[in-house]
Amino acid sequence: MTTHTLSVLAENKPGVLSHIAGLFSRRAFNISSLAVGPTQDERVSRFTIVVDGASTPVDQVSKQLEKLVRVLKVVQLSEGAAVERELALIKVRADPALRGQLLEVAGVFGASVVDMSPTTLVLEAVSSPAKLDALLAMLDSYGTCELVRTGRIALARGASVITDGGPALQAVPDAADTAA
Amino acid sequence: MHELTGAQALVRSLEHEGVEVVFGLPGGTILPTYDPLLSSSLRHVLVRHEQGAGHAAEGYAWATGRPGVCMATSGPGATNLVTALSDAYMDSVPMVAITGQVGTSLIGTDAFQEADITGITLPITKHNEIVTSVERIPAAVAEAFHIATTGRPGPVLIDVPKDVQQNTGSVDWPAQMDLPGYQVPGPPSPAAIRAAAALLLQARRPVLYVGGGVIKSDSHQDLLRLAELTRAPVTTTLMARGAFPDSHPLALGMPGMHGTYPAVSALQEADLVVALGARFDDRVTGKLADFAPRARIVHADIDPAEIGKNRAPDVAIVGDLRLTMAGLADAMAAALSDGGTRPDTGDWLSILDGWKRQFPLRYSQDADGPLKPQYVTERLSALTGGDAIIVAGVGQHQMHAAQHYGFTRPRSWINSGGAGTMGFAVPAAMGAQVGRPGETVVAIDGDGCFQMTAQELATCAIEKIPIKVLIFNNGFLGMVRQWQELFYDERYSSVELGTAIPDYVKLAEAYGCVGLRCDRADEVDTILDKALAPSDVPVVVDFRTHDREGVFPMVPAGRPNDDIVLGPEFSADEQRAATRREMGI
Repeated sequence: MTTHTLSVLAENKPGVLSHIAGLFSRRAFNISSLAVGPTQDERVSRFTIVVDGASTPVDQVSKQLEKLVRVLKVVQLSEGAAVERELALIKVRADPALRGQLLEVAGVFGASVVDMSPTTLVLEAVSSPAKLDALLAMLDSYGTCELVRTGRIALARGASVITDGGPALQAVPDAADTAA
Repeated sequence: MHELTGAQALVRSLEHEGVEVVFGLPGGTILPTYDPLLSSSLRHVLVRHEQGAGHAAEGYAWATGRPGVCMATSGPGATNLVTALSDAYMDSVPMVAITGQVGTSLIGTDAFQEADITGITLPITKHNEIVTSVERIPAAVAEAFHIATTGRPGPVLIDVPKDVQQNTGSVDWPAQMDLPGYQVPGPPSPAAIRAAAALLLQARRPVLYVGGGVIKSDSHQDLLRLAELTRAPVTTTLMARGAFPDSHPLALGMPGMHGTYPAVSALQEADLVVALGARFDDRVTGKLADFAPRARIVHADIDPAEIGKNRAPDVAIVGDLRLTMAGLADAMAAALSDGGTRPDTGDWLSILDGWKRQFPLRYSQDADGPLKPQYVTERLSALTGGDAIIVAGVGQHQMHAAQHYGFTRPRSWINSGGAGTMGFAVPAAMGAQVGRPGETVVAIDGDGCFQMTAQELATCAIEKIPIKVLIFNNGFLGMVRQWQELFYDERYSSVELGTAIPDYVKLAEAYGCVGLRCDRADEVDTILDKALAPSDVPVVVDFRTHDREGVFPMVPAGRPNDDIVLGPEFSADEQRAATRREMGI
């Protein structure tokens, strides 16, 4: 499955998430993953949206997103030229006899143990989506009891910044005028 | 700074926007605003149903080019606006809707007449906002009008909780807009214009495919110049009827599912299609993969998201269409005056002229036979000199009006295109008449459509809005009947309305209008003369039209445009000749 990662800067105002989510549903675009949070500028939220390239015309998605009044900027991150990360918490069955093996697997993937019970472990893994998939596949044979995984977040590699070529964050007027 | 209530600020903001009329109906949560409205400079037209307010605002906008404004209370008042908002969104009509909302502390509690109208209208508005403070009102209103009227126009809704209308705050004008994410596309790129002009200079079989954007951008004069400079024929879509005079030798009429044979087939045979403010809608393209198969495409539009949405262009021109059209015409004029030559389109035009003669819009009106809607439309066209503002609902009457009225000028054709909203005509005509008080506004309506919004005749009669309503009463949901005839083996399911109930003449009179009836061809002129005579009150004419009459030509839905069916007025030989045309150029 070819996926496309879109970084979207939007005004941090009520209703922005539903405008963006509503657009996807209205245009019959599919969201594979969505992550949203604040940026260094409290007036601006950043959405990272992953879409399935086969079912969704990504250029059309970008253009429609750009038309939303509260959206400031849409950038398509090209694969390989961006750092992409997901966070997962995994509760996995861990009988005392297998615990050592499990810790070894976790170590290979750079996952850390954040909780432990007599029969389970909770692992925290932060990695690229592909590596995370590999870890999950490994853990399956031990028995994954529960899994929670965030949407993907991504940043372009190198010195380029999403606001290059404007509209810049500075274009947003004083925070005092935009009380959410 | 002024210390005002939210309601006062709202009304004052509308005055600042130059609003002259608001169509609406009050209720619980918008009551605070109706109080200062009473002493404002705004005219309020009290409708009988909020849907009527929405379509009236649309009709006003279509006819004047200025944004239409409607107002309603929360809950059902607001949801009654939904169809009109959806209609305005599909047809890019500039419109601002203002709704009351339950008090801030009640939102989310399922309070009386509470509806999440911003949530409901999110996919059918260009933008919407729930205003949470008095201080925000001037900016919210200014932004709403700016968004509704700039770029690709569209409807904007502002939802104002009752307490925000009642509270007092410090407000001032002019309002500071805060829209960092809203960019209006600027002028088109000169390189794109040059590229498009270069294609026009090479084209041997060009067609200008003109959409509603030409009317919205008021660029019809540049269209005329461009067409005459390039000697390129012009098709005007359902949204663009009137953008180019139908009497012009280069006019081909309307393309699409019920387009003329010359318009539909010129697009199929073109080597260059120049789309101007049009969006390659499925009703125009037929089966998309087979649309204009030999043509290169120039696509000019103000909305970047339309470029490549349905058909990938060879040259895309994004920007204000008026500047694009002027730029294209200038570029062509400069190229030709520099000694440049364009290919001779004479052969192409003579083929198209041949098609116009061979495959015209054809119907037959027997002197004693049943009355044909096409005949009534043509007589209306003749008696008004193509100078009336024609408003249509949706269905057979709409297509007959679009085909057979001879349009002479922009903003004289108003209808529901993209959304296909039955019941549009009467309230939209009301809005158009309010915006253009001195002109003759004629609603051509079907009996099915008419019954959906006829209550606004009361509004028209009381407010002295003298629209003319011509009902093409065939006793059926005619277009549905036509599809059941053609595609469902003549199994007529739930499609007959009957002609006797209601009695439209009595109904008109009950509403304080003049009611007339006509069922004979030889009476049409007399009745139309009576109906068109100046009057203080609306006139309703019940034209008893033939219930078997279909709309032709027709491209069946989903089929290629080359499968165009000329209809029963043409012989099998003629249909064969139309289908297997030889181009020879």
